[in-house]
Amino acid sequence: MTVVSDRTAVEGRPVATGGGTSPPAPLPLRGRVVRTRSWSFRVDPRAVTVCTVLAVSVVAVGLWSISVGDFPIPLVDVVATLLGNPTEESEFIVGTLRLPRMLVGIGVGAAFGMSGAIFQSLVRNPLGSPDIIGFTAGSALGAVTMIVVVDATAVGVSVGAVLGGLVTALAVYLLAWKRGVQAYRLVLVGIGIGFFVGAVIDYLITRAEINDVQRAAVWLTGSLNGRSWDEVRIVAVALAVLGPIAVLMQRQLDRLDLGDDTAAGLGVNVGRAKLVLVLTGVALAALGVAAAGPVAFVAFVSAPIARRLVNSPGACIVPAAFVGALVTVIADLAARRVLAPTELPVGIMTALIGAPYLLWLLTRQARTGAL
Amino acid sequence: MTTSVVERPAPAPDPSTTQRRSPASTTRRVTGVVVLGAVVALGIVLSLAVGAASVAWSTVVGALVDMDEELTDHLIVRELRLPRTVLGLLVGAALGAAGALMQGVTRNPLADPGLLGVNAGAAFAVVLAIWALDVDTVGSLVWFAFVGAGVASVVVYVLGSVGRGGATPVRLALAGAALAALLFALTRAVTLLDQATLDQFRFWAVGSLSGRDPAVARQIVAFVAVGLLLAMGVARQLNALALGEDAARSLGTRVNLTRLVSVLAITLLCGSAVAAAGPIGFVGLVVPHAMRVWFGPDQRWLIPASALAGAGLLLYCDTLGRVIARPGEVQVGIMTAAIGGPVFVLLVRRVRMAAL
Repeated sequence: MTVVSDRTAVEGRPVATGGGTSPPAPLPLRGRVVRTRSWSFRVDPRAVTVCTVLAVSVVAVGLWSISVGDFPIPLVDVVATLLGNPTEESEFIVGTLRLPRMLVGIGVGAAFGMSGAIFQSLVRNPLGSPDIIGFTAGSALGAVTMIVVVDATAVGVSVGAVLGGLVTALAVYLLAWKRGVQAYRLVLVGIGIGFFVGAVIDYLITRAEINDVQRAAVWLTGSLNGRSWDEVRIVAVALAVLGPIAVLMQRQLDRLDLGDDTAAGLGVNVGRAKLVLVLTGVALAALGVAAAGPVAFVAFVSAPIARRLVNSPGACIVPAAFVGALVTVIADLAARRVLAPTELPVGIMTALIGAPYLLWLLTRQARTGAL
Repeated sequence: MTTSVVERPAPAPDPSTTQRRSPASTTRRVTGVVVLGAVVALGIVLSLAVGAASVAWSTVVGALVDMDEELTDHLIVRELRLPRTVLGLLVGAALGAAGALMQGVTRNPLADPGLLGVNAGAAFAVVLAIWALDVDTVGSLVWFAFVGAGVASVVVYVLGSVGRGGATPVRLALAGAALAALLFALTRAVTLLDQATLDQFRFWAVGSLSGRDPAVARQIVAFVAVGLLLAMGVARQLNALALGEDAARSLGTRVNLTRLVSVLAITLLCGSAVAAAGPIGFVGLVVPHAMRVWFGPDQRWLIPASALAGAGLLLYCDTLGRVIARPGEVQVGIMTAAIGGPVFVLLVRRVRMAAL
């Protein structure tokens, strides 16, 4: 069986909830194919359904999240405010405090989700997500440096985050290079670099002035507390520019998953595709970090969950974005309400979700011999 | 799928690939211990003399030999720097020995109390005890730290060794990283609940020797001593265990007893270190590797040498941290992480993981 037909069989296998264990049966490809003269693409109805359900859930949880809090606002008023008929108190609480916070949460979650999907597919290992291999830590270092050393504005912080992420990604990749890059070495090198970068962040924070420390403390865990429209703008621009690139690159990414040689045989310019994908992935994660700090494990959990829901191989970039948004919004709601009136940083909540998943993944990968 | 990169580590570590060194003669080892002793002695002197306020060497000697209550410099040396130095020696020795022990018992070159989540376990237990039970003396906290460290080390080992092939370095390191992430998230959640302890915790959390009561060193010294003795007690058995479980059994080693005593020693050492100074990582990783180059793989030399070198490393890191950020200081845990992260990367690159 050639690689290509094997892949077709896997894509077309019957919907199974277990995922991954059922033997691939050579069934016809799922979904409809939309064709025009110069291009065509396949629409997977299950993916569309999943994305719709996820989007509705994000909106529902988001509205709920806006309505609850120390000053509860009835859902009706929330919707009215969003539609442009605010009451006096809801205008400030919704428009200035809770709406930007929720939008940043959604945007950051989507950015992390896409970034995780790209890297996990490129590394071919769920452990290859940017938060585990130190990229988000590098972005956080870039952001903190801009705040503490240069006292930069929101744009400067974003630039710093992107540069920090790129430099870290480059360092991790080069250090993991030894006649090729193996997934496990990349992951371990990333963890080591992450520790080093964490130490430098700690150092900068102990050296900083107290006002900067409060601003920079976000970059210790990742938090949505006090996010404003500035951060909404950052993630909006990031998603508007990078999201379409990521979605367009999905096809190349899926072909790269077959191996570099096969991908080249299928017409992918391997070097260029990888470069674009890495840059897009790093930039997405970095802008997420610039807006909300290194929210742990969102990138790590989103793509595998999305893949299970859609039940298809491949990178699932769009569903991963929706899952990331939903995870972040739910985690933020929990972080705000579980120990109210104390508001936990959302990064703590996502770590509480993500770390057990990582442990479970380890035992599972160990059992199947994949690690 | 044909495309996935599958790493299949060999089931049993082969000590000859990692620990093959030119056989270390006793002369070489004794020389090594003497040199280490001298380095540590110099570290002690520097730690006493160097800091935010520089104190002349003669004043240091004067403060130790003939204490004058009236002189500020004498007070600085006697009341601030001496306890801090003693604590540094104890914590460093505990972490160095614990690292050597962990690498020996897991047969894993990437073992370290910080990496494998043992320190995180102890830290979580300590914070929980402060928050829920209002415990505040190190003498009582140390018991909670023991429980946390013990539970975490067992959990990591079990999680890392389920499935095929037993505990490989990659799996143990990842299980440790995951557990540490989880426990630190919980620790932070608890500290955020109680704003009052947050500020105190912020400096404790990164691992620091500063501002510790002189009594702290006295409260942990017995535990560290017992831990070191236990570690020395199993050194010979660990040498046998390095040949593999079956070989060790046939040589008459009681494998499970050896492991139990080792875990007990690790718990005592890491628990006291964390209760006294907070979670300090990488000392236990870096030191045993450096020592193995000179002393060879024999645990009977490796463990005491690592204890000595760990004490020295921590003192130098602490002193350096006081110097580079004058008049403030960089916590020693940050210094060790800054040194340890790159060393970890080097080890990952150098070591043939699949053959471990």
